Amino acid sequence: MDYINIFVKSIFVENMIFAYFLGMCSYLAVSKTVKTGVGLGAAVIFVLGITVPINFLLENYILKEGAMTWMGEEFASVDLSFLSFIMFIAVIASIVQLVEMVVEKFAPALYGALGIFLPLIAVNCSILGGSLFMQERQYSSLGEATVFGLGSGVGWFLAIVAIAAIREKIRYSNVPAPLRGLGITFIITGLMGIAFMSFMGIEL
Amino acid sequence: MNIFRKLLDSVKPNFEKGGKLEKFYPAYDAFETFLFVPGHTANTGAHIRDAIDLKRTMITVVIAMIPALLFGIWNTGYQHFLALGQPDTAFMDMIAFGAMKVLPIVIVSYAVGLGVEFVFGIINGHSINEGFLVTGMLIPLCLPVGIPLWMVAVATLFAVVIGKEVFGGTGMNILNVALTARAFLFFAYPTLMSGDKVWIDTTTAAGETLADGYTGATLLAQSTESATNYVNAAGVQFTDVFSAAFMGTIPGSIGETSVLAILIGAAILIYTGIGSWRIMLSGVIGGLVMSLIFNAFAVNPFMEVPAINQLVFGGFAFGIVFMATDPVTAAQTTRGKWIYGFLIGIFAIMIRVFNPAYPEGVMLAILFMNVMAPLIDHYVIRGNVSKRLKRVKVAA
Repeated sequence: MDYINIFVKSIFVENMIFAYFLGMCSYLAVSKTVKTGVGLGAAVIFVLGITVPINFLLENYILKEGAMTWMGEEFASVDLSFLSFIMFIAVIASIVQLVEMVVEKFAPALYGALGIFLPLIAVNCSILGGSLFMQERQYSSLGEATVFGLGSGVGWFLAIVAIAAIREKIRYSNVPAPLRGLGITFIITGLMGIAFMSFMGIEL
Repeated sequence: MNIFRKLLDSVKPNFEKGGKLEKFYPAYDAFETFLFVPGHTANTGAHIRDAIDLKRTMITVVIAMIPALLFGIWNTGYQHFLALGQPDTAFMDMIAFGAMKVLPIVIVSYAVGLGVEFVFGIINGHSINEGFLVTGMLIPLCLPVGIPLWMVAVATLFAVVIGKEVFGGTGMNILNVALTARAFLFFAYPTLMSGDKVWIDTTTAAGETLADGYTGATLLAQSTESATNYVNAAGVQFTDVFSAAFMGTIPGSIGETSVLAILIGAAILIYTGIGSWRIMLSGVIGGLVMSLIFNAFAVNPFMEVPAINQLVFGGFAFGIVFMATDPVTAAQTTRGKWIYGFLIGIFAIMIRVFNPAYPEGVMLAILFMNVMAPLIDHYVIRGNVSKRLKRVKVAA
């Protein structure tokens, strides 16, 4: 039940886009068509699902105060948490590189579809955000961290495909000239945020 | 009608090209086409000859809402006198009191909304959007009676400008405009949009507000405490809560209480083909399914509420009939409509039960599905395309 709770919460209640406005740049840039939206969304799910548990292990066995006790009693007072930013982002960047190489080798079709978006994920704020939220909320097990990572990815995926479908639809709308493009996209995002507020405060 | 025709014809030259009020032609056009079937003829392409146009469609929806409005007016008076302990007040007095409370809200909503429409129409030089005829009626019907008029005006302004005009006007908006107004008020002024003080006007004849000793909580708010024990505004327990909620003699937003009045509207919408019966039916099915699932678990009082009661409580019927079926923001494809309605039913009951802060889950469920509707359509169309492609390949 705990896993379901975390999963649903990270998709709807604490949606990366609509609750925290993280990962906005690629969300705005790549949401012109549903197809690219789906590609980038899937890549984000994938990377979040891998980096959050890895960073969880890092956090709990190396960085946190007392985390290195497993190496011996003399390390019990070592606190490396000031390194967490640089460690997390290094993990994310290398995982993205690794993912890119693996995808290129074993699924060239998918690699072609994702194109430039795959390496760009390394600088997507929602990815680093996922790891930092994991650190802040202190999930108790690797399983919880993985579920949280996947859930956040699914939430981001849902947000980008939804706005991509809307943007495909409003292509036929008579939007006032100054608002065309990004302007109207920001307004839509705000309105979608209102719609997502319906899930605020849900406790399973 | 002749008087109108003559009046319009006499002022028409002022508004035509070269006239001194040329800029205000959209305003003139709005009045002319509202009163008469326009004599415009189309020049190219194939056309269906039919008297129905956007204005007639909109007016049909407004007519379908009249029973709910009339009932709301009476119920406002009824709840008021019930809370004051004078349930035997004459019928006409209740109507008069209700009209005094409800009509100003309707007037403010129409005045502000149509004002915005006229301004945008004149600036952009396009004809006035008729879409507001429906929205202007929906906004008052989904608000509590105790709402200050300035809030109605602010919400209408926000909804029409941000919810609709920035997208290019009627037919282009993403979210239902009336729901945008309600959600705006709900999140901006939560204390005046929920709780148990806003649903009934308790000002006494002397102008004082009735102190404690009455309960103005809606049935939904009471459901969090118990699934069987409901009291009305006079503090008396309902003997048959289903029929009370079905008839609508309960506190709630102005137009949402009476399921009977809403069903009359639904019949009009379905008979004229203006509201989608698919969305209404699948919405009800979705609501029933979700409530039955909750009934099976029943870990808190709200989950024990009988499924049939969930359908008549709160704004469920109103939302499904008048808001979910909004042709602009709903899914457009046939299969999409089934999915869209079903998910509204599911989410409405889910938000209601899981989210104690927002018992009015229907509004938020519809808003959420408005956001998702283009996506549903996209995949339904994709599915159709690939299905037909397969057929082509088999044939070849």
